[in-house]
Amino acid sequence: MIAIAAPRVDWYSIAPVVTLVAAGLIIILFKAIARDRVRTYEPALLIGTIGLTVTAFFLTKQWSVVIDGGPTDSLAHMTALDGFSIFVGVVVVVSAILMLLLSSDYLVARGIQSRPEYVALVLFSAAGMLMMAGANDLIVVFVALEVLSIPLYVLAAYDRTRARSLEAGIKYFVLGAFSSAVLLYGVALTYGATGTTSLVGIQNFLSANVLSHEGTLLAGMVLLLVGLAFKVAAVPFHMWTPDVYEGAPSPVTAFMASATKAAGFAALIRILYTALPQYSADWRQLLFALAVLSLLGGSIGALFQTDLKRLLAYSSIGHAGYILIGVQSGTVKGVQSALVYLFVYAFMTIGAFAVVVALGGRDDLHAISDLRSYGRRRPVLAALLAFFLLAQAGIPPTAGFIAKLAVFSAAAAAHSYGLLIVGVVTSVIAAFFYLRVILTMYAAEDADETIPVDETPVAVGLPLATVLVVCVAMTIWVGVLPSIVIDFARDASLI
Amino acid sequence: MGGYPILTAIIFTPLIGALLVLLTPARRPELARAVGMMASMATLGFAALLVWKFHTNFGGFQFTEHNRWFDSLGVGYIVGVDGFSLFMVLATAVLFPIGLLASAKMDERVKAYTFWFLMLEGAILGIFLSLDLIAFFVFWEAMLVPMYFLIAGWGSSNRKYAATKFFVYTAAGSAFLLAAAIALAFLHQSATGVLTFDYRVLANWTVSRSGLSTTTEYWLFFGFMAAFAIKLPLVPFHTWLPDVHTEAPTAGSVVLAGVILKLGAYGILRFAFGLFPHASVKFAPLFITLGVIGIVYGSIVAAMQKDAKRVIAYSSVAHMGFIVIGIFSLTVFGLDGASFTMVSHPLTTGALFLVIGMLYERRHTRQIDAFGGIWKSAPRLTALFLIATFAGIGLPAFSGFVGEFLSLLGTFAAHRWWAVVATTGVILGAVYMLWMFQRVFTGVPEGENATLADANGRELLVVVPLLALSLFIGLYPKPVLDRVEPTVKCVMRNFEQHADVVRPAADRMDLNGAKGCS
Repeated sequence: MIAIAAPRVDWYSIAPVVTLVAAGLIIILFKAIARDRVRTYEPALLIGTIGLTVTAFFLTKQWSVVIDGGPTDSLAHMTALDGFSIFVGVVVVVSAILMLLLSSDYLVARGIQSRPEYVALVLFSAAGMLMMAGANDLIVVFVALEVLSIPLYVLAAYDRTRARSLEAGIKYFVLGAFSSAVLLYGVALTYGATGTTSLVGIQNFLSANVLSHEGTLLAGMVLLLVGLAFKVAAVPFHMWTPDVYEGAPSPVTAFMASATKAAGFAALIRILYTALPQYSADWRQLLFALAVLSLLGGSIGALFQTDLKRLLAYSSIGHAGYILIGVQSGTVKGVQSALVYLFVYAFMTIGAFAVVVALGGRDDLHAISDLRSYGRRRPVLAALLAFFLLAQAGIPPTAGFIAKLAVFSAAAAAHSYGLLIVGVVTSVIAAFFYLRVILTMYAAEDADETIPVDETPVAVGLPLATVLVVCVAMTIWVGVLPSIVIDFARDASLI
Repeated sequence: MGGYPILTAIIFTPLIGALLVLLTPARRPELARAVGMMASMATLGFAALLVWKFHTNFGGFQFTEHNRWFDSLGVGYIVGVDGFSLFMVLATAVLFPIGLLASAKMDERVKAYTFWFLMLEGAILGIFLSLDLIAFFVFWEAMLVPMYFLIAGWGSSNRKYAATKFFVYTAAGSAFLLAAAIALAFLHQSATGVLTFDYRVLANWTVSRSGLSTTTEYWLFFGFMAAFAIKLPLVPFHTWLPDVHTEAPTAGSVVLAGVILKLGAYGILRFAFGLFPHASVKFAPLFITLGVIGIVYGSIVAAMQKDAKRVIAYSSVAHMGFIVIGIFSLTVFGLDGASFTMVSHPLTTGALFLVIGMLYERRHTRQIDAFGGIWKSAPRLTALFLIATFAGIGLPAFSGFVGEFLSLLGTFAAHRWWAVVATTGVILGAVYMLWMFQRVFTGVPEGENATLADANGRELLVVVPLLALSLFIGLYPKPVLDRVEPTVKCVMRNFEQHADVVRPAADRMDLNGAKGCS
């Protein structure tokens, strides 16, 4: 008999994940008990919001503990609790809250059945993302990836009366499952090469031993990278992005663009920086290629889009490229810049999708040409969309500029001048396609043209307005006074 | 230099004014106009105070303010003014109220128009006053947005194309500026351990022996010059200018020709010269050649235009050529002349654009063919245009003469034959301007031209101050030169000390008067 010692469970360090899962389970139980006797969506939303708020509270508590006592790990070193995991957790939780606020208006306006399961799925997915942020073991990375992905497959197909949404769900599911398999293969090969799945263990093994045959480990590393590059939508593993972003309900798209990206990058950074620092010369080359391809693919692809959501999808691919610039540098400063970028990008992209939600539009299609003279019909929304697009283009004094400045600085500090040049050039291309949208809204060819009728004008309710105000405020605030976020990211990347 | 933060007041007064404009109700456009006018007049007041308090015989930065902004990236809010920026600030502060006054008849979305106009003013003033490379870039890039919306929202028929072209051209140039600035700061960090974007610190480092290697300096120099050459614009990067000028609203054209075109020249004087003296000296012949090409090419093309605004636009290309040759002659005369032209050109070209705008408001066309004989129906307009023409082509007694003369003098001392070729630009300038005057204003009026309304009081108020200023500094350039020259001498001394420039014997100015050089 082998005595199996159960690891000591440090509940405090996994409290955020537990809270989210618990809240999700409560919602499902509540639905099962209440059946259709009472309205279930609103209570579910309340429970979900409380769950997320409590999670945020735990995260801030953890932050002060980590600041004083340094990083720790728990569950037999399977999960880490450090500044990095908390930072990413904050981005995820904030995105989830904003996403739920967005959904209320969206589901009602589209006449989509609002079921409590929707909220529960978001919470489960967010729990997976938090787990991913703290994953200190390749197995946990894989489990977290599945936990965050499976709810997202369902959410992408949530608008089940609409073929595009179903298509998005299926596509995301098939390709997502495939990428999970690739990642798992990578985990297996890495384990084969080093004899451990623990990230710290891998690093210890590699610093203590010199591999006579590096092939297995390098193959494992490449496959791990591929699996995660899929999640963060980096070229050439981005094929799903435009279709899924377009088809999925807009709030879900916003959540995927902000939180999933953050979680994916968290795992990527932790694997590369914790487990494989000895191989940084190798993975920096791979990331260089990924970054250049994403920057070019995202910005050039966006030039040819006629649909606003597809355009934002390609821009999201481009943004993955900018974040990769930071990760590629292989320095603490690079991690810091990637964190700043993820934080800022969450608000810029959720804000943009919030305007998309407010746009309405039949069958959830958002042709850019339908935005003609939008500047006159809905001046405030048009101004907000223009603002978020300019912020994504990195025009100062918005937060987008600070994010770009941070990653470019990291690249320059690491002497990656090639990436720096590609980054600035693609930001000009990006400016061009963002401007195209803005021009369509403001500079109509002639004033008396037939203005397309608003099929489903969405009244901007309080939740949607809240999301817009928060996103605008954060984008300006970080743009003008970036110290707080930059210092937060610096502390987070050091501990 | 303690005391109250006058430079911050200059930058932020228009920005605060812009926010106040947003608060005015859309139904009351006159309120927005009033707020806009007050904000820009207040800015002009601060700028005038600045000129008044500015110390002559001092070449370094004055009224500097240094505040922390975000230290972790080495970025600070640093502002200061010297001879190069002083009059650019004043020109900006003068042109914006005039531009607002000139748009008084424009009644389309007045609130938004005034808002963007004031944002533009704040951003431009920020560019001229920032001494931190990132703060400079923030204003440089932020300036594009208001200009873009002004062209796209209030321009003429082809405005979408023009607005996009303006934005993308300028953004393309400034992308390289940003890359070069970041690279410079991190090279400085890896050499000295200090991360800063403070221009003064970086300049001290790059000119020192331990500074950049020659190749690196050349790369970074061209990164900066990409932005400045496009903005200037230097041939062959000038193609955006005629399109944008033609489509921009009148006040936009005035500001564009008046101050936005000077940003490139200012950038060269401030950053390219200060940070990369060796590269500036090494590639000076290249830029002089481009400048001369700009003068001749711009003048010839201007003569061929059918659209009055395009004539002035191409004449601006030629005038920028005079600024470039003055700058890159690397002589005190030439730099004096370039700086003087930078002050004079806003006045003369601004006046020309304003008069053309008035003609456009009356006839809704700018085609030269459509006019003729206006002198009979509108003698006051004709007089304004004629005086502006004389001022623009550099007739002695007007400011244009002083600037062009000094630029050519400096170039002659340094590169004789280039100056000879450039001088043809003076003659060509007279040709195309007088030819346009002849076709538009003289002859027998037909149709609408016979009954054109003459300039009213407001229109006189808009144009006359510019022409009066041009005449004043043309006859008495001392107040300008007294303030510009110490800084010019500092730049030249920097070149002599660090880049082994030997000035031609003809440029005999004594550099010992340069005090307070940073």
